[in-house]
Amino acid sequence: MNAIKEPERHEIEALLPWHAAGTLSRRDADRVERALAGDHELARRYDLVREELAETIHLNETLGAPSARCMEKLFAAIDAEEARAPRRQRAFDLGGRISEFLSGFAPRTLAWSATAAAVAILVQAAVITTVVVREHGAPGNYEVASVPSDGSYVVVRFAPQATATEITNFLGAYKATLVEGPMRSGGSLYRLRLSETKLPRSDVDRIVHRMQEESKVVAFIAAAD
Amino acid sequence: MQATSDEVLIGRIANGDRLAMQVLYARYHVRIFRFVVRMVRDESTAEDLISEVFLDVWRQAGRFEGRSAVSTWMLSIARFKALSALRRRPEQELDVEAAEAIEDTADDPHTALEKKDKGAILRKCLTGLSAEHREIIDLVYYHEKSVEEVAEIVGIPENTVKTRMFYARKRLAELLKAEGIERGWP
Repeated sequence: MNAIKEPERHEIEALLPWHAAGTLSRRDADRVERALAGDHELARRYDLVREELAETIHLNETLGAPSARCMEKLFAAIDAEEARAPRRQRAFDLGGRISEFLSGFAPRTLAWSATAAAVAILVQAAVITTVVVREHGAPGNYEVASVPSDGSYVVVRFAPQATATEITNFLGAYKATLVEGPMRSGGSLYRLRLSETKLPRSDVDRIVHRMQEESKVVAFIAAAD
Repeated sequence: MQATSDEVLIGRIANGDRLAMQVLYARYHVRIFRFVVRMVRDESTAEDLISEVFLDVWRQAGRFEGRSAVSTWMLSIARFKALSALRRRPEQELDVEAAEAIEDTADDPHTALEKKDKGAILRKCLTGLSAEHREIIDLVYYHEKSVEEVAEIVGIPENTVKTRMFYARKRLAELLKAEGIERGWP
């Protein structure tokens, strides 16, 4: 005897795998339990699900584990990364923080109007400045944030309509680090480091040229010392 | 004594705590490895990907917002890495692998039944499922992910999760039938 009507039975049957795994909400689990108690065929199908569950666990448990080499490789990579760019000053974190801040303030739709574009520039400047100043620990005087003299740099103005995600992706794509900016009070120029070592001028020019083509993100860019 | 929560560990990792990273690694590396190895079907590739997954966790911990469980977040990263690795793999290699998978499930029914081990046959059929079906079966049964979590990891709507699970199980039943096991469902 089937105590449950077909549409609900079908719905409950779809939940059986999760019921067997114990990942249903209390409410859904109670529904399933009630249905199982009054429906022998559903209970039989639930037994099939439990078989599948048991054998899936069995199968996965026979797959072994990664070797110790895997962990060694991971921590070697972490060490190398930290040696290259200590966590507190990493561009990645900076990008993430910019992304968090800007995502609330610079939606793409806002940027369609000139007014909104101007606002976007100000917000970008304010947010990026805040983050850079905090990073360099020089409140009120971000122009003097210490910038290493080695390496290759560019100066960039981001397009007003560029979203946080686009800026973050842009920095990531070129492995560029935001090291300074805005360059003067109320300005919108930022200094990016392309490489920690000095690149040949031709390489820098080539990168600048490629960056210039990213007009959605970059309004202006030039090589810098 | 209660273990440190995953979220707390992620907070510490975001601050550069290597010990927290070791704890998280110890807690999850085996499960993540198994998830990946089931997708890429190659232990060596899976090991490389595991390092990459945890390296991403190290890098992105500061951006983890806690909207999903840490394990769900890590499985999402692992899935992305595994799919990228599969895309890089030469097509020829994938064809061989697909052929092997089909061959693997194509023992004649008598040979299979001779094993007199329904569990072994079921496991063999689980291995013979498509990557998409293996993935959802593993996420639900082994990784204990809810409908919502599977939807987040795989990037599909919740109703599609249920439908895909149904078809994965249906396919499993077909494979079992081909092996001589009739379950009377679906």
